[in-house]
Amino acid sequence: MPKDSGIGASNKRREDIRFLTGTGNYTDDINLNGQAYAHIVRSDMAHGTINSIDVSAAEAIDGVVKVFTAADFEGVGGIPCGWQVTDRHGQPMQEPKHPILAEGKVRHVGDPICVIVAETAELARDAADALNIDITELPAVIDMKDALADGATKVHDDLTNNLCYDWGFGSEDLDAVQNAFDTAHHVTTLELKNNRLVANPMEPRVAVGDYARHSDESTLYTTSQNPHVIRLLMGAFVLGIPEHKLRVVAPDVGGGFGAKIYHYAEEAIVTFAAKALGRPVKWTSSRSEAFVSDAHGRDHVTKIELAMDKEGKFLAVRTDTHANMGAYLSTFAPSIPTWLHGTLMAGNYTTPLIHVNVKAVFTNTTPVDAYRGAGRPEATFQLERVIDKAAREMGMDPVEIRRKNFITEFPYATPVAVEYDTGDYHATMDALLAKSDHAGFEARAAQSKANGKLRGFGIAHYIEACGIAPSALVGQLGARAGLYESATVRVNATGGLVVMTGSHSHGQGHETSFAQVVAEMIGIDESMVEIVHGDTANTPMGMGTYGSRSLAVGGSALVRATEKIINKAKKVAAHLMEAAEGDIELKDGQFTVAGTDKSVAWGDVTLAAYVPHNYPLEEIEPGLEETAFYDPANFTYPSGAYGCEVEVDPETGKVTVLGFTAADDFGNVVNPMIVEGQVHGGLAQGIGQALLENCAYDENGQLISASYMDYAMPRADDLPNFTVDHSSVTPCTHNPLGVKGCGEAGAIGSPPALVNAVIDALQRGGHDVAHIDMPLTPGRVWAAMNG
Amino acid sequence: MAKISMTVNGKAVSGEVEGRTLLSAFLRDDQGLTGTHIGCDTSQCGACNVHVNGVNVKSCTMLAAEADGAEVTTIEGMSNADGSLSVVQQAFQDYHGLQCGFCTPGMVMTAAALLKENPKPTEAEVRAYLEGNICRCTGYHNIVKAIMAASGQDVMPVAAE
Repeated sequence: MPKDSGIGASNKRREDIRFLTGTGNYTDDINLNGQAYAHIVRSDMAHGTINSIDVSAAEAIDGVVKVFTAADFEGVGGIPCGWQVTDRHGQPMQEPKHPILAEGKVRHVGDPICVIVAETAELARDAADALNIDITELPAVIDMKDALADGATKVHDDLTNNLCYDWGFGSEDLDAVQNAFDTAHHVTTLELKNNRLVANPMEPRVAVGDYARHSDESTLYTTSQNPHVIRLLMGAFVLGIPEHKLRVVAPDVGGGFGAKIYHYAEEAIVTFAAKALGRPVKWTSSRSEAFVSDAHGRDHVTKIELAMDKEGKFLAVRTDTHANMGAYLSTFAPSIPTWLHGTLMAGNYTTPLIHVNVKAVFTNTTPVDAYRGAGRPEATFQLERVIDKAAREMGMDPVEIRRKNFITEFPYATPVAVEYDTGDYHATMDALLAKSDHAGFEARAAQSKANGKLRGFGIAHYIEACGIAPSALVGQLGARAGLYESATVRVNATGGLVVMTGSHSHGQGHETSFAQVVAEMIGIDESMVEIVHGDTANTPMGMGTYGSRSLAVGGSALVRATEKIINKAKKVAAHLMEAAEGDIELKDGQFTVAGTDKSVAWGDVTLAAYVPHNYPLEEIEPGLEETAFYDPANFTYPSGAYGCEVEVDPETGKVTVLGFTAADDFGNVVNPMIVEGQVHGGLAQGIGQALLENCAYDENGQLISASYMDYAMPRADDLPNFTVDHSSVTPCTHNPLGVKGCGEAGAIGSPPALVNAVIDALQRGGHDVAHIDMPLTPGRVWAAMNG
Repeated sequence: MAKISMTVNGKAVSGEVEGRTLLSAFLRDDQGLTGTHIGCDTSQCGACNVHVNGVNVKSCTMLAAEADGAEVTTIEGMSNADGSLSVVQQAFQDYHGLQCGFCTPGMVMTAAALLKENPKPTEAEVRAYLEGNICRCTGYHNIVKAIMAASGQDVMPVAAE
């Protein structure tokens, strides 16, 4: 029987009421007295030298308050990068300066040049016409291989070239790797692209800056997944405001998917401008602006090779990837193609030798950083595609070749530096085959054939590393921050709890699921637990929400803080019942003395803690409030088997996704309804990448997919109903809830499953097509079928 | 500037607007009805959908002056008279048809318009009708289910499918 409360229950979400009645409080809903409006004037060229900026005519317009240029930000730090990668020669990556506003040069379409602050948003926009900005256009580098060519135009004049780093990783004995390829029975090689994407949370970014002269305190309201990270980066590295004079609030946030992790210039601009002007300043991104100023995702070009023996056992994997950084380094950009990509190249398999090479490249494009999955989709896509190709070349079944190579014993240390704690890949594969009626596929394919269509089935098995991350480990790898999480549990006198978490919810439903955890631990009704997040003024320092880390890391902090509360409450209960502390048990909100009928209710203990008339003051302090910081011992390793069934129209090349089955192992699950919703959303984004979405530049660096007119967001009628299963459970061994994380899985496992399905359909139709780069638009599929 | 008046959620309101002021801006900025959201600038996303004289429209695609004299319903006017959730709103909660909530007001307005036109839609009809509303969180799966449930048709339980 499904549970109806606590851990494992599909509780309806409490946050839904405000969202369904139009009473949510998103950043753009915040309007402060006396607020002015900022409009950012951005480069419409990919590369150019700024000769002059004349703001006088714009500033003379009635209602224009001030026009800021780079000169106004002298003494202000640039946007910092949060991760330093060391290259394969032991040298630090090349790290360019990233000014708040363009200094001397513009380096991508969308690079901010000036900020117009005016009485209304319309006036600020209109005044842009009165600016006189003289820029000489320079040749732009857009393609990564062009950018690395000798004599290529440099994105940053003060760097040696456009190579950010050349990173090598994995098996150290390169001769052994080479020997495995030289002596292999068969080597399968695949060259592919992982298409550039735009995260596109439905809420565009917004920032509102405020300054209180009486307290010298700045406040930033912003659409962020991690307000404490923004406070630290902006306060310490950009504006020089100590944390106790800077408050960052991320209220209701309308989706993130990675794009709202980073510290963006606009946040510093409005905070700086509010203080300079002595009034609140608000900036609201338009969607068109979001396309050129939100960090993009993916954009890898890869060659992967897989060496096998004659039974199809994997002997070695070697990959060579070019990863686009864009024009500047966004907050976590250098870590994505390296530590979040290379470390996953073992997949679910026992491949003994793995070597990964990544060249990160600067181009005159919008910066690229993490997007849902971040490195892991890129790893999974190339591995699961090359395995499918290998199966075909070896005459093996795609299920069988995977099963033959699955890791079955845990813990398992891979050749790429991570140790998987648990997993059961045969179980997820079994679940996929059962739930997708794989056995009935041939009959369905025959029916499609009779209808003149080509049906295909594609499989992918994924591993991901979530719950980022052990601080000591990521520190060694170049992270410039710790990656713990925090929680403060404040029990009120009458027994209700306020839980303040460093995690941030922007669609994940933490207000519901976190309350389920705390309520179950104490044995009280969930309505007694309130979850507070998103405001640095009332939450402990936490690193926020990304990388499927909230429950695995933030939830663990929550458990630790609640354990401290329970331990202290037991001491109080022992005093009240004149019993030994060791004899106190807590169940269903009642403290009892083991082996007796003595009991005292939760609410009586909490009241005693705050009204300590009869209280052991000499032994414990009054009050009931505890904080815990949890630093994980390892990553968590969710895994799963995904299956996609497609039909291809041979006349047009149009691909229809008929069914998609996801069989995941997320470890323990707190709220199955929310978990399944996360999988659905991830699948839609992964199917979107594989079928529809493409962020495309022309050769001059103009973004030609810069609105929803040209960037194909998945719509309801592009997608099938999904079949999801999370019945395979191998709990995480190193966090107290045994949870692994579920936010990114769908986006990681689905692209290779879909592409494998289309290739399967084409092969069944007699078309010798080995690969098509995403997105699989009708034009690309038709062209592949017709040579 | 033009003086306009209209009925919003049953209440007579008026204001002075520029000719270029969009209905979405009038509702959000002048009337403080911030449940209507702006998710794009090309009339693609549907986060700003409201009902004007009973017709489901993108309020970013209509000038405020065009709505002079109209009856407008926004998400803030969709609950039952006693403040409880309407059938459509309740179905979205029951079937987890929303995550971040940003597209949700437009989705609810569109779903209500669909069920008025077509009280027992097929799933394919629901998906086709949602063509003008983009959601980035849910993959639409549970939105479709919520709308089917709101129409009184049987759907699978919310979790553990």
